[in-house]
Parts: sequence; structure tokens; C-alpha cells
Amino acid sequence: MIVMSLLDYLLGRRKQENTAELAKERLQIILAHERTNRNAPDYLPELQRELLQVVAKYIPIDLNDIQVKLERQGNYEVLELNIPLPEDPRGTTIRAVTPTRHIAR
Amino acid sequence: MGKIIVVTSGKGGVGKTTTSASFAVGLASRGHKTVVIDFDIGLRNLDLIMGCERRVIYDFVNVIHGEAKLSQALIRDKRIERLYTLPASQTRDKDALTLDGVSQVLRDLQQDLGFEYIICDSPAGIERGAFMALYFSDEAIVVTNPEISSVRDSDRILGILTARSRRAVEELDPIMPHLLITRYNADRVMQGEMMSMEDIKSILGIPVIGVIPESESVLNASNTGTPVILDEKSTAATAYADMVDRFLGDSRPMRFVNFEKRGLLKRLFARSAS
Repeated sequence: MIVMSLLDYLLGRRKQENTAELAKERLQIILAHERTNRNAPDYLPELQRELLQVVAKYIPIDLNDIQVKLERQGNYEVLELNIPLPEDPRGTTIRAVTPTRHIAR
Repeated sequence: MGKIIVVTSGKGGVGKTTTSASFAVGLASRGHKTVVIDFDIGLRNLDLIMGCERRVIYDFVNVIHGEAKLSQALIRDKRIERLYTLPASQTRDKDALTLDGVSQVLRDLQQDLGFEYIICDSPAGIERGAFMALYFSDEAIVVTNPEISSVRDSDRILGILTARSRRAVEELDPIMPHLLITRYNADRVMQGEMMSMEDIKSILGIPVIGVIPESESVLNASNTGTPVILDEKSTAATAYADMVDRFLGDSRPMRFVNFEKRGLLKRLFARSAS
């Protein structure tokens, strides 16, 4: 070890954190995540908007609180719909989870 | 049939226009009839980098609207034969470009005017202008800085190229992407302060067509309206020339990616001197 650091010193290598390695790791993680969402169908925002309109017809809901997610669980793609009901003192949510389609392997 | 190449990146300020200008000059000076089109509607800048800003009379949008003929809007380069610039308009109307209009202009450039290479200089972002620039392309130069946000945005653009371009929609052969890394500093890569060419290549998963070193000559070139590839003694010019040769199918060793190795004695002396 001492020999190594002496060598480092002699060769003018600065001892410091390898930030490039960190950048690479962060990118690999975030891109893996973003790439799975990238293939989400274009109709998702539209679907979300229309679903909202239907629910809003019957229940007073906050239009910003609805969440539509398309996730992959094993061999299925799952469409998940979350609508918090602000009027409900227990703060429960309507939650519909529907396996939408089988992914061909 | 002429080839359409988009120069794109997602992120702004990474060197798309610098690259478009030098790439176009490189292709034309190797004998190919080339046009470079500014797709940044509202923020025209390619004309400045090409040094023809005072010769703009008609622009891309005028041609699409039928207010000018294509041949009237094309600006012939005074330095290089067979090189033309089609400037962007400065209108703030974001819908000035339509797929039909762009398609017609590109077809006229290919068929009537016989251009071999059509370089589409994309605006930053993933909005309409960027989409128009990439939609009809056959190949893409993805300009990326060794910087985390630039790499992420390039990945987004690659996703759009593969999923939403004409070639994707019509189920043709996919757009061929090429990675061009700009503002590279081999010294900082060596110090572990900058992602390396190999890092970026492995993350984005596309072949590298060139690495342009960080160079002061890029700013000097834009100051004078001379595409940097013409500043032949600069490292950036050499790197752009190599990139053009690779694009045309010649193999060139990658320069400027390795830190210049100094001998042990030199390092010892450099150290004691500082």
C-alpha cells in the first residue's frame, strides 16, 4: 500500500473520488427505469383524462391526484389506476388493478 | 436518392449546429453536393455559424408556404463548391413546419436539385421542431457531451428515433444512429472526472463516429462565421475531418481519446516545478 501511494505521488496522480464512475452508475439506473416507461402507449394520458371525467361526474375529486401507471409484473402488463377520495375521512382510495395483456415471450 | 441525416441531441448547447456546419462542409469538400437545413424555427443560428447571415432573403418557412422558390432560399457557400444552406425563419409560429411541407422540400432537394446529402440541424428539446428534423431521416448523428444530463437526453432522442420516426412508423429499416461525443477532455477522463468514450458508448449502445476534443478554436470559429473544420490546425477540425471520413466509410483511428502520455522523468519534473 505504501509503495502504491508513493508511486501515485511520484506519478503525480491525485487521490480523489472517481466522479465519472458515479455518473455512469447513476445513468445506468435512471435509464433502465426510463427505458421501461418509454414504450408506454401514447393513449395513456388521453385514457387518464377520460377516466377522470367519468369519475368526476359522480365523485368530487382533485383532478391532479389521479395516477395511471402501466407496470410490468412477470408476464403481465398491469394497468393501475389510483384515485384518492378527498371527501373520505379515512383517506382510502379507489384502486383498480387490472392485468391488461399477456406479454408474448 | 440523397441521404437525409439529422444532427440531434435533445439537450441544448452540446454542439449540434457546430457539428452540422462542419459535417456539411466536410461532405461538400469531399465532392458531394450537400445542403444543411436549420430546423430551429424562431431561433435561426446556423446562418451565423456558416457565416452567411447577411445573405438570408428567403427561408425554409417561406418555401413551405409557397412564398419563395426553393432555389431562391438556398444560400450557396462562397468557400466550398456544392454546399448550400437553407436558413430557418424567425417567425414565432411554432406550427410553421408541417410534415407535408417538410416532406415536399426534402423530396425536391433530393429529386429536382440532386442533393446527395441533406443535413438537418435539429433544435434542442423533443418538441415539434426536433421531431420534424428527425422524422424523415435515414441516419442520425447523436451529439453528446460527456455529461450526465446530455447522455440522458441523447437516450430519450434515441427512443424517439426508434419509435416515432418515419422509418419506424412505416416499418422500414431503422434509422442508423451514430454517436458523436463533443467537448471531450482526455485529461479529465484520465483523472476519473469525466465519463470516457467507452462509458458513454456502452450506456447508449450505439457506435461512435467521432470524438471531438474540447477546443478553443470552436468559439473562435463561430465568432468569425467559419465552420471549425476549416480551421485546419485545430484539433477539433482534425476530429471533424476524421468523423466525415468515417461517415463516408473510411476507417480512421480514434484520436484525442487518450491522454498524452508523459514520461516518468517529465512527470517528476513537472511536479517539482509546480
